[in-house]
Amino acid sequence: MASKNGAQLSKNVLQMKFMQRSVLRMEKEQNEEERQKIIDDEHWALDLPEYKTKESDFLENQSYSICEELLFGRQSYQGFNPEIEKLMKVQNAEKEAQKSEQKEKEESVGDQEMAQRYSSLMGIIAKKFSKKRQRSSETKSQDEEEEHSRKKFMKPSE
Amino acid sequence: MAAPIGRIVLPGDTFSFEQLQPPDEHKKILLGPGLREEKAEIKVLRPGILRFRKPAVYWIDCHHKRYIPAKGDSVIGIVNQKVGDIFRVDIGSSEQASLSYLSFEGSTKRNRPDVKVGDIVYSKLLVANKDMEPEIVCIDSYGRSSGMGVIRNGGFLFHTSLNLARKLLNPQCTLLKCLGNRFQFEISVGVNGRVWVKAGNDVQTIALVNSVIVSEFKDNDQIKEMCKRISKAVVRMEID
Repeated sequence: MASKNGAQLSKNVLQMKFMQRSVLRMEKEQNEEERQKIIDDEHWALDLPEYKTKESDFLENQSYSICEELLFGRQSYQGFNPEIEKLMKVQNAEKEAQKSEQKEKEESVGDQEMAQRYSSLMGIIAKKFSKKRQRSSETKSQDEEEEHSRKKFMKPSE
Repeated sequence: MAAPIGRIVLPGDTFSFEQLQPPDEHKKILLGPGLREEKAEIKVLRPGILRFRKPAVYWIDCHHKRYIPAKGDSVIGIVNQKVGDIFRVDIGSSEQASLSYLSFEGSTKRNRPDVKVGDIVYSKLLVANKDMEPEIVCIDSYGRSSGMGVIRNGGFLFHTSLNLARKLLNPQCTLLKCLGNRFQFEISVGVNGRVWVKAGNDVQTIALVNSVIVSEFKDNDQIKEMCKRISKAVVRMEID
């Protein structure tokens, strides 16, 4: 700190007992800087071709239970073991929720489609909120434009 | 040429990536048991039927009697030995699985679970590596038992082929639902081919065990027919 600030503490002050800790710290900092320099100079790299990690197109899994989507193995019927039956109910509910979620994903409108639809809706809704005069002027100007394009004087051919 | 889904394939058959890639989709393909990727090719390791499930899962369905541990499988094991902090559990694989006493619901260093040699445990495989001892646990990732743990209070344990165990747990199989409509019972099926059944009385238990064993090569219609016959026979025997 002292060295950074530019103002160096005098030798006499540093020799005092209560300054010993900061003296140690300063020494440490100096050492570190020197070491850093050495490392920078001697920085080495392996002269090898770049190691290629090609991502595989396959995942391997040796479990039949995941491949075949097997049910949970403990089952109870007609209330023989209420604990297990409670578990079965929870698991079935979870499965059904998953299924319905998937179905919803397939059937519902996608984000992009939604955005498109909204952007086309914007004009219509904006019209609704504009005042009547504005609206009529808007439509008039449109009509005029159309008329201009429609009724054009055609030069008769001679 | 597309992959022969639903047909028999033999060890050494190879498929290319293009053959397995489902059209119009670019997803990672999941290779199940019996298939392995080798130098950008898919090799078949077991003789059996090539199966496919959406979105992109392939596996080989073949007849098995010896269980090969796979991570995430639910199995029924028999406690064989107590060694210090772990139990050695026979799950039907080439090596015994280890089960720590801490991997039970609510167990701590001081509060040990009540497990004795000879107990059967319903558990999940946590570590399944071909070079390492399999490790099983009786809790899920939240620390709850969720149906796993020691199975107590009698019942009957028997062994089947692995196909039959998988068939019982398949959502398309009607056997357990059919039996459930006619009997009051509890069943635990491990994908290692062990099935534990418990019913109200011995007659029912025997009937259930036999119907499970017999149903290996029956389709759903035959199973329904069989359930009807068995339930009638059991009712008659119970009256006698």
